[in-house]
Amino acid sequence: METVILRSGFDFNGIYGFLDGFMPDHLDWLVFLATSLILAIVIINAVVLATALLTWFERRLLGRFQSRLGPNRWGPFGLLQPVADLVSLLTKEDTIPEGADKPIFTLAPIVFLVPALIVFAVIPLHGGSFLGRLNIGLIFVIAITSVNTLAVFMAGWSSLNKYAMFGAMRAVAMLVSYEIPMGLAVVAIAVAAQTLGLSNVVLAQDVPYILVMPLGFIVFITAASAEMSRTPFDLIESDSELGAGYHTEYSGAKFALLQLTEFMAPIIVAALVTTFFLSGWRGYGPIPGPIWFVIKTFIVLFVFIWIRASWPRLRIDQVMSLAWKGLLPLSIVNLFVIAIEVFIFNPGADGLSTKELWIMTGVNWTITIIVIFAIFNLLGQNRLKRPEPVISPLANMYANTKVIKRVTDMPEAE
Amino acid sequence: MSINTQPVTINLGPQHPSTHGVFRLRVTFDGEQVIDVEPVFGYLHRGTEKLAEERNYVQIVTLTDRLDYVAAMTNNLAYVRAVESLAGIEVPDRGMYLRVISSELQRIASHLIATGFLLDELGAFHTPLIYCFRERERILEMFEMLCGARITVSYMRPGGVIQDAPSDFWPRLDEFLSSMPGYLDELEDLITENEVVLARTRDLGILSAQDAIDASITGPVLRATGVQWDLRKAEPHEVYDRLDFDVPIGSVGDTFDRYYVRVQEMRQSLRMIQQCVEQIEPGPVRSETPFFIRPGCVDTYVGTESPKGELGFYIVSDGGISPYRMHIRAPSFINLTVLRELLIGWKMADLIVIFGSIDIVVGEVDR
Amino acid sequence: MYGLGLAKGLIVTAKNLVLPSRMMTVQYPDRKVGLLGLSKATDTSILNLLLKDPVTSFKALLGMAEVKENLPQHPRFRGEEFIWYEQRCTGCASCAKYCPLGIIEIVTSESGDQMQEGQKYHLDKFDIDIGRCMFCGLCVEACPYDALHMGSGFEEGQYRRQDLVIDKRRLVSAKKKPSTWFRPQLSSKNYDPQKGKNVKWDGAGRHEKPSLEQQQEKWAKR
Repeated sequence: METVILRSGFDFNGIYGFLDGFMPDHLDWLVFLATSLILAIVIINAVVLATALLTWFERRLLGRFQSRLGPNRWGPFGLLQPVADLVSLLTKEDTIPEGADKPIFTLAPIVFLVPALIVFAVIPLHGGSFLGRLNIGLIFVIAITSVNTLAVFMAGWSSLNKYAMFGAMRAVAMLVSYEIPMGLAVVAIAVAAQTLGLSNVVLAQDVPYILVMPLGFIVFITAASAEMSRTPFDLIESDSELGAGYHTEYSGAKFALLQLTEFMAPIIVAALVTTFFLSGWRGYGPIPGPIWFVIKTFIVLFVFIWIRASWPRLRIDQVMSLAWKGLLPLSIVNLFVIAIEVFIFNPGADGLSTKELWIMTGVNWTITIIVIFAIFNLLGQNRLKRPEPVISPLANMYANTKVIKRVTDMPEAE
Repeated sequence: MSINTQPVTINLGPQHPSTHGVFRLRVTFDGEQVIDVEPVFGYLHRGTEKLAEERNYVQIVTLTDRLDYVAAMTNNLAYVRAVESLAGIEVPDRGMYLRVISSELQRIASHLIATGFLLDELGAFHTPLIYCFRERERILEMFEMLCGARITVSYMRPGGVIQDAPSDFWPRLDEFLSSMPGYLDELEDLITENEVVLARTRDLGILSAQDAIDASITGPVLRATGVQWDLRKAEPHEVYDRLDFDVPIGSVGDTFDRYYVRVQEMRQSLRMIQQCVEQIEPGPVRSETPFFIRPGCVDTYVGTESPKGELGFYIVSDGGISPYRMHIRAPSFINLTVLRELLIGWKMADLIVIFGSIDIVVGEVDR
Repeated sequence: MYGLGLAKGLIVTAKNLVLPSRMMTVQYPDRKVGLLGLSKATDTSILNLLLKDPVTSFKALLGMAEVKENLPQHPRFRGEEFIWYEQRCTGCASCAKYCPLGIIEIVTSESGDQMQEGQKYHLDKFDIDIGRCMFCGLCVEACPYDALHMGSGFEEGQYRRQDLVIDKRRLVSAKKKPSTWFRPQLSSKNYDPQKGKNVKWDGAGRHEKPSLEQQQEKWAKR
């Protein structure tokens, strides 16, 4: 399948071609540099602005879930709150613990931030991404998002702090374990779409993949939540346990960079989920493609914030057992089933047709329900059922004491 | 090949977001497992028992407010019952009903705090905490109607309560009673069947019934282990013998049972308040007592069921206007006897959860 | 089981997001309002607002206009101020004796007033230290002449610690809006200190002021 270039021409090839008209031939390197700079400025500004808006949106929405208002003092509806946070963080003293590993301590936030910014260059907003021609987008995305493990460990190791080390160790264990199910879910998408390029994945989704492979969706969402350490997997920054995790010793501008990346991660994952599972920029009618993309990303972000407001967090050994005993078998089953179906249908150069996709949908949903039942019964039968209260045989002081289960059991008060 | 590891001792310091106050735990870890726990407390000691020797019997009511600052009405009730048993004062009926209504309301408020903070420690990002506080807010508004203050109430006096409830209290109470079971159902929907909560709290910190009885544990912690002991049924006082309620008990004695027993106790309290509202009659609320109460040379111990356990006051009187000695049996303090046995062997993340499920208030531990 | 408990939790949170009766925040002291809220609070129609005060209306469109808001309080609230009637106080110092912390300081001198009733002392000094007061109300409970009442305000912050001692001058010149705590004569009149007018000294007591004949009869029998 051929790659499609961004329609408006605002991608690398378009700008390069535009500027090349002005410059003489021997200044090609200058044109290259200018194009890169323009793209970088536009993308970085847009992404940072989006992250700032996400911090505002998340705080307001969390407040609404909790029957309170979020920040509403600074600016209209509190929209200048990220500016206030930025000012407060940047005017703080930038401390480095004495005896800490200075180069690594300074590099860790940068190593954390840069991959997050790079990923946005390949996400297709309409037809093609900013880099235009990348037909190995899936591999690029998986590889780049794995670098955050290294950054977390650098941050925890270089601060000379017991709690930071604890947090960093647990974080690395968790992040490494969840790479595998995430990778396998993405491989299943590559098999179903018969391509490795992100724009082509979107084009192959005549039926959105959330319907075609629900098991893959569940695996990817869970693994991605763990990768960006959001609830229910945010044990590495749990403030009700010891310390504050790997960023205990960070303050000032370095901490601002860490927080920026931490809030950029949901946007990246939401964009990826939209591309992989919700058919990206494809939509109906007169609304242009990028707007559909933004709407779908927004819905995924809402679901992430909703989950954060509702569920408590898991413990580290439960997180690890969920990854290795729960998600890995699920992702393998998912890959197996998709591979068998693609082998049976044997699509040609045009990919799977819509009818074939609907058949796959039906089969996959049945398999998903069966597998989820099987996994729950194999793993967590006794502990995850709501317990029935039982009268203890010891010390029976009042034989007519009843145990009440639900409010509907309460006898009428006379 | 085995790796040499060294156990590390960490201070879960007096200032910590989840130690329920200024409470210090010196924990020794081997990796993630806890191998030793040493509680250090006394950071909130204010000398309540000594201060009580300088104040007369009515002024001490203001001191008792501040013991278990989360549940002030039951502290007041425990103390004034002790003084009434010391001096032989009778309480009129309406006063007793008002006392029971405020104690049961306070029990609901205290259990809401226990549940909310337990979930906060599980990491639920304060959402259940704020829902619990929203309900507690309605109870505190009712207390403001009764006695003018929300937390340090000083509502009870030896001989009854200080003032009758205003006329707009009863519609507010009816509205509360009708909407609270719905809110409790909603809270249970959010928490009780949640797989993450179940996975984090089932079979955690198990306390056996014999251990609990040996260590003089009382309150919901004891009832969660399966022992059916509640002072309101064993030694009925006030009007508890005229009310029909049940005492929920647990089966295993783990963290989930302690949480579950508290939720069921809230429902039973609602039932009790409903019956009190139907049974109450107009009348005086405070019997005539002298300004300065002078009991004889007697001593007495009276225990009352507070939301944390059995709160007891042992008062020795020498005939003057102040007690000669007052000792407080604080349930939070006694419930901490088993802390070391409960915590050893569990992981770091479980430490905070088990500690939170015992539901202590440092004001009582240190007095 | 099977993730259903998790789904139930999500539904509960969504219910709290959507239902407007669950929003319980009181924005004290200033509430941010939009245009509708501003017109409701100032009792003017939207058109009037737009014409008369365009700057505030523009701010309200952005959601930045502010309206004062008071916390809901019951008349019985024990606030952080004291209402004292000099005409009723006799200088008996029961309040000072009953205070658990001993923060009321009273110095009296003979005044020669009302000798037939037993002489009403002149108060040279009547200090209450609200820096250490716990507002328990025992002093109010102790006063036999209903001269001391609790107030209902709580905005008593000062910049210096010695300003927290309320002396007699401040007590005399304060607005007389007592809270109805332990004052059944005020609560039976449904008096609300937030909305009502000042209470005069002869309306604050439990008993009616005796007429001259009744007083003369009492003195004759002594």
